[in-house]
Amino acid sequence: MKGNEAIAEAAIRCGADGYFGYPITPQSEVMEKLMELQPWNSTGMVVLQAESETASINMLYGGAGCGKRVMTSSSSPGISLMQEGLSYMAGAELPCLVVNVVRGGPGLGTIQPSQSDYFQSVKGGGHGDYKLIVLAPASVQEMADFVELGFDLAFKYRNPAMILSDGMIGQMMEKVELKPQQKRWTDEEVAQMHPWATTGKPESRDYNIITSVELDSEAHEKFNHRLQVKYRELEEKEVRFETTDVDDADYLIVAYGSSARISAAAIEILREKGIKVGLLRPITLYPFPTKEIQRLGAKMKGILSVEMSSGQMVEDVRLAVEGKVKVEHFGRYGGVVHSPDEVAEALEQKLIGG
Amino acid sequence: MKEEIIIAGFGGQGVLSMGKILAYSGVMQGQEVTWMPSYGPEMRGGTANVTVVLSDNRISSPILHAFDTAIILNQQSMDKFEPLVKPGGLLLYDPNGITRHPERDDINIYKIEAAEEAAQLKSAKTFNMIVLGAFLKVKPVVEMENVLKGLKKSLPERHHHLIPMNEKAIQRGGEIVKEVTLVKA
Repeated sequence: MKGNEAIAEAAIRCGADGYFGYPITPQSEVMEKLMELQPWNSTGMVVLQAESETASINMLYGGAGCGKRVMTSSSSPGISLMQEGLSYMAGAELPCLVVNVVRGGPGLGTIQPSQSDYFQSVKGGGHGDYKLIVLAPASVQEMADFVELGFDLAFKYRNPAMILSDGMIGQMMEKVELKPQQKRWTDEEVAQMHPWATTGKPESRDYNIITSVELDSEAHEKFNHRLQVKYRELEEKEVRFETTDVDDADYLIVAYGSSARISAAAIEILREKGIKVGLLRPITLYPFPTKEIQRLGAKMKGILSVEMSSGQMVEDVRLAVEGKVKVEHFGRYGGVVHSPDEVAEALEQKLIGG
Repeated sequence: MKEEIIIAGFGGQGVLSMGKILAYSGVMQGQEVTWMPSYGPEMRGGTANVTVVLSDNRISSPILHAFDTAIILNQQSMDKFEPLVKPGGLLLYDPNGITRHPERDDINIYKIEAAEEAAQLKSAKTFNMIVLGAFLKVKPVVEMENVLKGLKKSLPERHHHLIPMNEKAIQRGGEIVKEVTLVKA
């Protein structure tokens, strides 16, 4: 099945309560598949085509405020429209899942795959000091698996989570194993697990208020401190990555999502030539595997950061190694996907010379 | 076993569905598969192509720069993909509408008169299955039993009555595919 379809299947099966979205290429299959599967008849999950992306994200605000597992999906221009809502949700500490099947920008750009929304996703695309939990799937299987993982992390940390995919992973078909159907949370379970949620006020507690406004600066600084504590905890506990062929490697490629798949093929080409290259694939882009890149990087003659952008993640790779190792960037962009031989050639030219 | 295939032609020729049936057949045979389409406005009347990889092992890149097999169904695709067949690889094409025939002498070239045959069978929609049959005759990367399972899996149930006709087309493709010997000038 397609990556986009895997998102839809996994959403129903993990017991999501609602999907609110607005169609845009290359991710329209998410809502199409949900509409086809009609989960409102089976699990009771709501699937709604909103009037805009702005409406979608604010529907998520409402659903999440009630402690429901709610999600949306879109592609780059649509995700830009959601930034205000995402900032508000981070500020109100609301969990939700947003899937971005990235296409080339800026502006309306192209409908072809890209990875140029890295900065927007990991540095906070809206205003204020906040972070999204960002997961980067590199296969259709991970598109399915990360839906549940995204919800779990979002609720554990009361923070919006994002699956940062791209048109390639969204449109391609691969084998995928889906998990069995899980039940949606009952109202009692929500009230018990998420005491912050607005589930109706019992006598036993005070009002729950979901808001991101605090006009007292001192109090707001305290609130921001609390957010920072949460982000430090995420950085401590939730970093996920995968390494391949790094033990004997002289050079390292750092790449996520579809670029990691393409780089793995490039590494096969390079190793046939006798050039020992390993791959570090960040699975969480925030929190970023800084420590592991620093540790592995120290043993390398050079690092190539590969992404379908003009060079965004490369900045975080450079920060990780603190100038101790040469770090170069390679990537085609604007909707062009680099091929394995282009990546292999770039590594030879930029890190080895000649 | 690893077979990297590009299928390229016009939108509407059944390029993507041929790839899908091939991919599902691989799944039925227990192989790892990827199916990566070109998508977007270029599909409407323009060129369409799909990359299918079948492998016994985990597949790294679904995007490739060289192919074991190119199945080519129009001139634009011939111009684009003939140079990308690996030396020793296979180029299979339907000469219908081709103005410049393949010229490489370091690859194996086969032709399949699928458009003509589909017209004779009075079923234009079996065109892509005739091509698939030709490919599987030259490179039997998936067993016929699994191809039929793949066909069943990728067709919605309301179209299952069409399976015998498609099966026949696959067989016919295998019968009429011809090796092309280049005559050196």
